[in-house]
Amino acid sequence: MQPTMTDIWVYLAQTPLLWLTATLLVYYLTDLAYQRVGQWPLANPVLLSVVLLVVFLTVTGTPYQRYFDGAQFVHFLLGPTTVALALPLWRYAGRLRRMLLPLSGALLIGSLTSILSVVAIGRLMGVSEVTLRSLAPKSVTTPIAMGISEQIGGLPSLTAVLVIVTGIIGAVIAQELFDRLRVDDQAARGLAIGVASHGIGTARALQMHAEAGAFAGLAMGLNGALTTLLAPLLARLLGL
Amino acid sequence: MVRGITVLLVCQLAGEVTARALNLPAPGPVLGMLLLFGMLLWRGAPDWLDQVGQGLLRFLPLFFVPAGVGIMNHVQLMRAEWLAIAVTLLVSTVITMIVTAGALLLLLRLTAGREASRNATNHD
Repeated sequence: MQPTMTDIWVYLAQTPLLWLTATLLVYYLTDLAYQRVGQWPLANPVLLSVVLLVVFLTVTGTPYQRYFDGAQFVHFLLGPTTVALALPLWRYAGRLRRMLLPLSGALLIGSLTSILSVVAIGRLMGVSEVTLRSLAPKSVTTPIAMGISEQIGGLPSLTAVLVIVTGIIGAVIAQELFDRLRVDDQAARGLAIGVASHGIGTARALQMHAEAGAFAGLAMGLNGALTTLLAPLLARLLGL
Repeated sequence: MVRGITVLLVCQLAGEVTARALNLPAPGPVLGMLLLFGMLLWRGAPDWLDQVGQGLLRFLPLFFVPAGVGIMNHVQLMRAEWLAIAVTLLVSTVITMIVTAGALLLLLRLTAGREASRNATNHD
């Protein structure tokens, strides 16, 4: 008997090959589209890829876990690539050394601003207390943010979503924002992107300029450590 | 290529082990990055490492996609408040970026001014 399309689909949907290929294909096409529209911010390939894949998985009734069985091969490369951020950073080590003090100051101010602003604005917008606690560490990489969220009584799984959305927002707005404000210093751009929107922002910063990427990677790492110290302290001060 | 990816993975592994052993809240890859940075300061970056590293870094956005798709599992957690949350995240991200970049530019100018005046007094 001839297999039907459904049979083929049922078979393919079980294998890692399908979802690995889908991830690469969707990213390749969205990146192509992004270049075609002159890097229009809202056509950001991470944003579009995530949206398209979520829609596709939802429509086909595919659970995330099955998708991840294939996509994990792409996900795995996140680790060694994060390590590789040391390469651009090393290239700008001279500048880094000369601005160590201003950099530390700006990092502290940025880290405080991220936590305080999200809690203040969240309160103004009337979000619930548990959401506020989940929002506080939104600017640092997912594993750190989830740990902090748990510690201060947020929902770690909600925090994971908020972190990713924050990263995508940062990646989408960064270039436009700094161009408009005429911030040309690549170190300032990179530091701000890394502090506000961690790895997803850093990936965008790297595409903007190697120096911005270098400082974004550094800022991401240091802001993770700083937020771990600051967030529980501020949560108590703010009565969260 | 094998040599380059091996160095990156060894650094990541060392980072993971350090994080676990010292009970640090930092993720292994971030510690691995700082470790590799230290090694580069000491020995410099050989071409074979640079090539693999730059090759991977070009695709960093892609590597975030699988984790990003993971929001589909928890997105219902924000169903009731999604608009308030979206506005909060957008405004807070804009403020954080402006304040951080502004703070660095201001502090750079302040320290440059101090250095200049220190140099001026030294020359007197």
